[in-house]
Amino acid sequence: MNRVTSKFDMASATDVGRVRAHNEDSLSAEPELGLATLADGMGGYNAGEVASGIAVAMVPAEIRKLLSSEKLKNLSDEAAQRVVAAQAVKVNAAIYAASQNQTKYSGMGTTLVIAYWHGDRVTIGHLGDSRCYRLRGTQLRPLTRDHSWIQEQIDAGLMTPQQARASKKRNLVTRACGIDPNVTPEVHTHAVQPDDIYLLCSDGLYDMVSDENIMNIISSLKANLPLAAKQLVQQANDNGGRDNISVILVRVLKPAGMAAGLLARFKSWFK
Amino acid sequence: MAKVILSLEGSVIREVELDKERITIGRRPQNDIQIENLAVSSEHARIITILNDSFLEDLGSTNGTLVNGTPIKKHILQNNDVIEVGKYQLKYLADSEAESQTTAEDFERTMVLRMPTAVQRPAPVRTDTLTKMVAARAPQPAATVNGPHAYIQIMSGPGAGRELALTKNLTTLGKPSVQVAAITKRPQGYFITHVEGANYPVLNGLNWMHRRTHSITTI
Repeated sequence: MNRVTSKFDMASATDVGRVRAHNEDSLSAEPELGLATLADGMGGYNAGEVASGIAVAMVPAEIRKLLSSEKLKNLSDEAAQRVVAAQAVKVNAAIYAASQNQTKYSGMGTTLVIAYWHGDRVTIGHLGDSRCYRLRGTQLRPLTRDHSWIQEQIDAGLMTPQQARASKKRNLVTRACGIDPNVTPEVHTHAVQPDDIYLLCSDGLYDMVSDENIMNIISSLKANLPLAAKQLVQQANDNGGRDNISVILVRVLKPAGMAAGLLARFKSWFK
Repeated sequence: MAKVILSLEGSVIREVELDKERITIGRRPQNDIQIENLAVSSEHARIITILNDSFLEDLGSTNGTLVNGTPIKKHILQNNDVIEVGKYQLKYLADSEAESQTTAEDFERTMVLRMPTAVQRPAPVRTDTLTKMVAARAPQPAATVNGPHAYIQIMSGPGAGRELALTKNLTTLGKPSVQVAAITKRPQGYFITHVEGANYPVLNGLNWMHRRTHSITTI
């Protein structure tokens, strides 16, 4: 491998938790592609693992193909969103087809969150209740809004976030990959700043560990991302580990195109 | 098993167990719960049951479906919810046994404790004199979560004598980009681990013993 040094620092951890028998989460962190994918599978027997596995195998493979054919150069936000949405649609079709063809996989599906960094932007697409957070300075902000029944209740003003945390129905998602023949992923693009840290995670993390605690762990251990990832998983397990726990942490070392932007800003001070 | 009780103006008509994944409600005879009343649409609503949860969905009925007096399109049924379809009422009764089982399991979950595993990596013999820290293990590991907090005391350097309460689940020590260690509070006790820097923290005990470290009492 004679690639140029990567612009990303990525670390990930996944764990079965302390209650479930299988780990149905899958993840893929590809620093050289600037891509992170995380999926939380569902479905009986081992179908959940199959569904999430399909998702995290397909997305990097497709992006790698597009990158090598130079189709991802100088993407506009709209173009990047189309690319990310297309990945979710492809994964959906593949999982749906597999579940239709084999009875043991019938009804399988997965949540999906894809983060793709391009230039000084990041485009995030998601389906279901796996999340992407951004730590900027001391602020941890979710960049995705869950497609879940509970989030709908909160949005409709029928439930407070406190009630939602206590609810037993947190596990119901309203959108997922592979359940229906068609799917509409939610895709947004955000500006990247140096030292931003992104966290992709499954509900096994944020159901067990408060946002405040997640913030504290990442900001304290940000010098050592693998340790931070391990610590997040460990904290979720210490708090009960009721579901599979998966995290990907991403630090953008030097967003492409940002150097020029900074230099220009620096120069403008002297004018 | 969860069930619904169909009644009209207070008199019970029948009980239906939610033994299938989909139970349909409507005027047509092929519905699982048939209600022959013109106010009821031919395919009015359905109840989808997955394990212990039941989910009510209106199928675009003409006169709508109400739960506890509020019109709904989709609704997660809670124990004792009253569904209204025309003048008919269906009372949803959740499976009480299943409910209590899950709570019992929840308690079980929190009780399981893994054997303590040291996070500490074997440290090299040399040490940085920036901070001398001591992580004290709580005397009763099982009680640490809500039990007494541990403190650490700085033994040397400019901040000597200062005490730091380990109230958070994670406390870091040291100077970023020089040497940082983190103390984590876990159900089994306190653990110290290296975060960054060329030098690893030194702790009393075994081969990485350092003569200027002292153990600190827990309060």
